[in-house]
Amino acid sequence: MTTIAEFSIGSTRILDPSGAVVGDLPDFASDRDELVALYRAMVLTRAFDAKAIALQRTGRLGTYASSLGQEAVPVGLAAAMRPDDVLVPSFREHGAQLWRGVTLEELFLFWGGDERGNDFAGPREDFPTCVPVGTHAPHAVGVALAMKLRQEPRAAVCVFGDGATSKGDVLEALNMAGVWQAPAVFVVNNNGWAISVPRARQTAAETLAQKAIGAGIPGEQIDGNDVIAMRHVADRALARARSGGGPTLIEAVTYRLSDHTTADDASRYREDTDVSPHWKQEPLVRLRTYLTAAHGWTKADEEALLRACDDAVDAAAETYLATPPMPPDAMFAHTFAELPADLEAQKAALTGGDE
Amino acid sequence: MSGTGAEISLVGAVNLALKRAMADDPAVLVLGEDVGIDGGVFRATEGLWQLYGETRVLDTPLAEVSIAGVAIGLAAQGFRPVAEIQFTGFAYPCVDQMINHASRLRTRTQGRLTCPMVLRSPGGGGIRAIEHHSESPEAIFAHMPGLRVVMPSSPARAYGLLLSAIRDPDPVVFIEPTRLYRAAREAVADTGEGLPLDTCFVLREGRDLTLVSWGAMLKETLEAADLLSDQGIAAEVIDVATLKPLDEKTILDSVARTGRVVVVQEAPITCGYGAEIAARVATGALTSLLAPIQRVAGCDTVMPYPRTEEHYMPSAARIVAAANRVMAYT
Repeated sequence: MTTIAEFSIGSTRILDPSGAVVGDLPDFASDRDELVALYRAMVLTRAFDAKAIALQRTGRLGTYASSLGQEAVPVGLAAAMRPDDVLVPSFREHGAQLWRGVTLEELFLFWGGDERGNDFAGPREDFPTCVPVGTHAPHAVGVALAMKLRQEPRAAVCVFGDGATSKGDVLEALNMAGVWQAPAVFVVNNNGWAISVPRARQTAAETLAQKAIGAGIPGEQIDGNDVIAMRHVADRALARARSGGGPTLIEAVTYRLSDHTTADDASRYREDTDVSPHWKQEPLVRLRTYLTAAHGWTKADEEALLRACDDAVDAAAETYLATPPMPPDAMFAHTFAELPADLEAQKAALTGGDE
Repeated sequence: MSGTGAEISLVGAVNLALKRAMADDPAVLVLGEDVGIDGGVFRATEGLWQLYGETRVLDTPLAEVSIAGVAIGLAAQGFRPVAEIQFTGFAYPCVDQMINHASRLRTRTQGRLTCPMVLRSPGGGGIRAIEHHSESPEAIFAHMPGLRVVMPSSPARAYGLLLSAIRDPDPVVFIEPTRLYRAAREAVADTGEGLPLDTCFVLREGRDLTLVSWGAMLKETLEAADLLSDQGIAAEVIDVATLKPLDEKTILDSVARTGRVVVVQEAPITCGYGAEIAARVATGALTSLLAPIQRVAGCDTVMPYPRTEEHYMPSAARIVAAANRVMAYT
């Protein structure tokens, strides 16, 4: 037998769990303000997360999907995006959405069960949160294809979880993006769990990054709890996409420290002893340690940041809670551009204007 | 609309409408399997690739989910994609994309993102095709809020309805009756005029009963109307054309005059679109009814293979028999 093709999957880590530099620091990482911005975004995401869970537990928010422990993936990714790139997110990318200008109020509204939460005042072309698993991957290919057809130096960024890589939708999308060399960056937010099914039972493949190989596109793995690595690798993939170099798949290896959602109880399928080591790997501590050592981040800086994030989250939650629900006829408002006659009749019946 | 142009087939009219829509609007794209140099397995996209090139006529990998899903992404970015699925039996994987994304993108985002796409697919039996090539899934799509579902039954209506479907700001599922693709020719003028997507067409007026159908079954329904006419029974024939949203008024007005109605569909009877029409008539025209509503439909069976499909397909004789049953009530 002759070997006719060989492949390898690289992995990138720049900050190790102790906050020590173990790789080549990219240029942005020498700028204290840049790192603080990344840190602040992760802290804000975690503050939002804590508030969302508290509101859900007290019956004031719907079922919520936490991003606890995996904040570096969406934050590092969004930091590499330009405003006119388009985010096509799954349901744990709050950090990316906030970075891109989706407001805390809008996120609360969405998770509170109000479509107005997806009517972002900020990134108008970004897709809304996708609840079905992996079905949004082809949309990102369509968005990227649109950019390519218009010869725009932009990219579509699609994030999905480890479970989504088992779906045909994702594999189809990777393949199609490869065929068209569409300017798309796909990110597997591999948090180890698809509800109760661990990564090992999701696929026999050694990495998820290698799902790219079958599609003929580059795939690589990173330490997804290292926000510097995430931003750096995403920078490179996005630059290549925008300049016509085609799509990339990035597998970011992180860990879901929380339940799958507030409707899940992870203690049914995993032991605390399995989870606790991952608290030593999580992204906030890692960057904070580095910031403290390399850039003189102080306890006072930390406390001020935590207070500011909590205050912003509390204020947004108050605004959300004070927002009245839409009236019953609102469900008809955007079903079609123009309401057909038979729906006019249903609307009239519902709102008491008929019969 | 018709009368002054060249005589063309229904699939020719689809092709003409695609050419016209692409000429009128550079945002219109065609994508699907074999739609490029091959012109589509039924030639619906013939010549488009030569006219508009591979940036507007895109041969896709063989992946139905992504054909629909990519169209959604393109539509959200301001293109007007017309996606072809080669047969409706292969459109079922697209159901997820159409119901979970295409149909609700506008609602989910309160109008921030919209999905002006068309999913085209030839449907229905009677063409002696192999398995999965003869399905009638219109009720499945019509059940989805936020979608329009259109089935033309003549070249002129195919041309006008497809133009309107492409120009519509929301997603449209456009099912083309394969059996009628080349069954008849009709003069169609390439005027660029669309037909309304919220209107039934009264193909024939009559005082005694109302026959309601759509797509390929209009052929047998019109034949049945001729046979009934020979018996001295004047049947009104309505082509529903746009199943969603339904122009209920035209049907109810007709039943109010005739008092009798037979609904004809090729799809399996249970939960088929005929049940929707029967329910609307029962609600909106009960006091006009002189006889129970009759449905002539396919069976709740798997679509048979070609050697026996004729027994499944509603025939003009079955429609006449149903008409005679409703006429028997005095």
